[in-house]
Amino acid sequence: MDSVTHGGARFVRIAEQDRPAVQIEVDGVRCDALEGDTLLVAVLTHASKLRQSEFGDGPRAGFCLMGACQDCWMWTSTGERLRACTTSVTAGMSVLTNPPSEALWPIPA
Amino acid sequence: MADPRVVVVGAGPAGVRAAQTLAEADLRPVVVDEAPISGGQIYRRQPALFRRSYETLYGFEAARAKALHDSFDRLADQVDYRPETLAWNVFDGALHTMRDGVAGKLPFDALILATGATDRLLPVKGWTLPGCYSLGAAQIALKAQACAIGRRVVFVGTGPLLYLVSYQYAKAGVAVAAVLDTSPAGGQVRALPHLARRPALLAKGLYYRAQLSIRGVPVHSGVTPVEIEGGDGVASVRFRIGDGPQRQIACDAVGMGFHLRSETQLADLAHCAFAFDEALGQWAPQTDRDGRSSVAGVYLAGDGARILGADAAEVSGQLAALAALQDLGRPVAAAQIDGLRRRQQTMEAFRRGLATAFPWPAQLARGVADDVLVCRCEAITAGDLRGAATRKGAPELNRAKALVRVGMGRCQGRFCGAAAAEILAHTRGEALPSVGRLRGQAPVKPLPLAAVREPAS
Repeated sequence: MDSVTHGGARFVRIAEQDRPAVQIEVDGVRCDALEGDTLLVAVLTHASKLRQSEFGDGPRAGFCLMGACQDCWMWTSTGERLRACTTSVTAGMSVLTNPPSEALWPIPA
Repeated sequence: MADPRVVVVGAGPAGVRAAQTLAEADLRPVVVDEAPISGGQIYRRQPALFRRSYETLYGFEAARAKALHDSFDRLADQVDYRPETLAWNVFDGALHTMRDGVAGKLPFDALILATGATDRLLPVKGWTLPGCYSLGAAQIALKAQACAIGRRVVFVGTGPLLYLVSYQYAKAGVAVAAVLDTSPAGGQVRALPHLARRPALLAKGLYYRAQLSIRGVPVHSGVTPVEIEGGDGVASVRFRIGDGPQRQIACDAVGMGFHLRSETQLADLAHCAFAFDEALGQWAPQTDRDGRSSVAGVYLAGDGARILGADAAEVSGQLAALAALQDLGRPVAAAQIDGLRRRQQTMEAFRRGLATAFPWPAQLARGVADDVLVCRCEAITAGDLRGAATRKGAPELNRAKALVRVGMGRCQGRFCGAAAAEILAHTRGEALPSVGRLRGQAPVKPLPLAAVREPAS
């Protein structure tokens, strides 16, 4: 199984770690975050990537962190798109690293 | 007669000072900002639960950051503030917005665009690997989330932000494996007379350099980045210094950026005229010295109009608001405008110095190998783009976009546009301005289709 929660953490927390814990789910796997985390930080403090490029050129983990590059899209189970760098985590949030509609994505080369 | 409606887009240094100036003239401006908290990027605020001090977050700029934040907070009753709201089009005298998935429309009498900037990038082989981020991203991770982008970071690029972010990481205790500046050291000496126009700022730059050296961080000038290497993530950077042999540094993250580029899409959609700025090698919307664009009622301020930095953005925000007030027939003190204009001239001289000290490395963009991804969004290579120029005869960028989709993806050319223009012009053997610029398209950022519906009221 290729889950985002496999592999080492990419981001390192260096301060502000005494915030309340918030649990979210990434591809059905529990992920412990902190209140005030963006979704991108919550995932990348556990994992090395956020998603696969739809164009077959490998994994991605965001790039600009300011909502401009759109390289950190994740998905809810109902297909809603989330920009991970500008989405704050909320308790019980459940996200997917691939869009639920596999019929549409990835785009064949 | 009802008060005119002035809409300000952006709540960074320029937007905040514009809003404040309008409020002081007893108008109640609408401030539309995509972020949840005001401050913009450079003075971005941390989320509510975070406790680090202004000194920790902003260093030398702590007092400026606090003053800006306090100013906006004090305006709470005097502005119609709309955070977490995307401004995605300017059409028919109205700004089109989206908040919480619901589209909105704000007709305006005057529009002040203070849309800020993003990092100016050029492709390096491997720059799409997880672990490679823009310099701005590296700084946001640290400032707004108290995270480092990795355990051992290489910073690559040029410009003041390269040294500021490297210093901030080293100070925060993160291992900075190297700072790789593409600019040759000689330019910085030649630029000194211009840079000395703002001695305090020059001193800060020198301080960051000195601190990196005290902390044992290797800093190299005249660097050519060759490749960011790794399998599923960044593992090392290969580079050359001058004509020297290739070297390799192990790391798990890269922060990369070559100055900034203005967010000009909304100005473009408002039909503002653009001109090519030779000194910067970039297109910029044309303004008079107070920020009036070529379109009546549309004003431009801050880095979204010209990259002059945060201090200049505060000045230009005030100037643009005063220009708008003047054009709306409100009384404005001439002495105030004169004073602001003089400060702006000093900023302009400094900017020219920066362009000499840290030039945009056009030669690196032109020389990108055919197999390197230029477009991160849709995995389009430099070879694809050169093919558009040679086999398909694309005369300019928008045609190349139509033919091979470079700049067509979800970032709309923000991160590939600068290099794509260099590659296209070079392949065609023409000067950079002749291939034009990618036109802004609405929506300026992707919207869910459901957002097209408008609120019932």
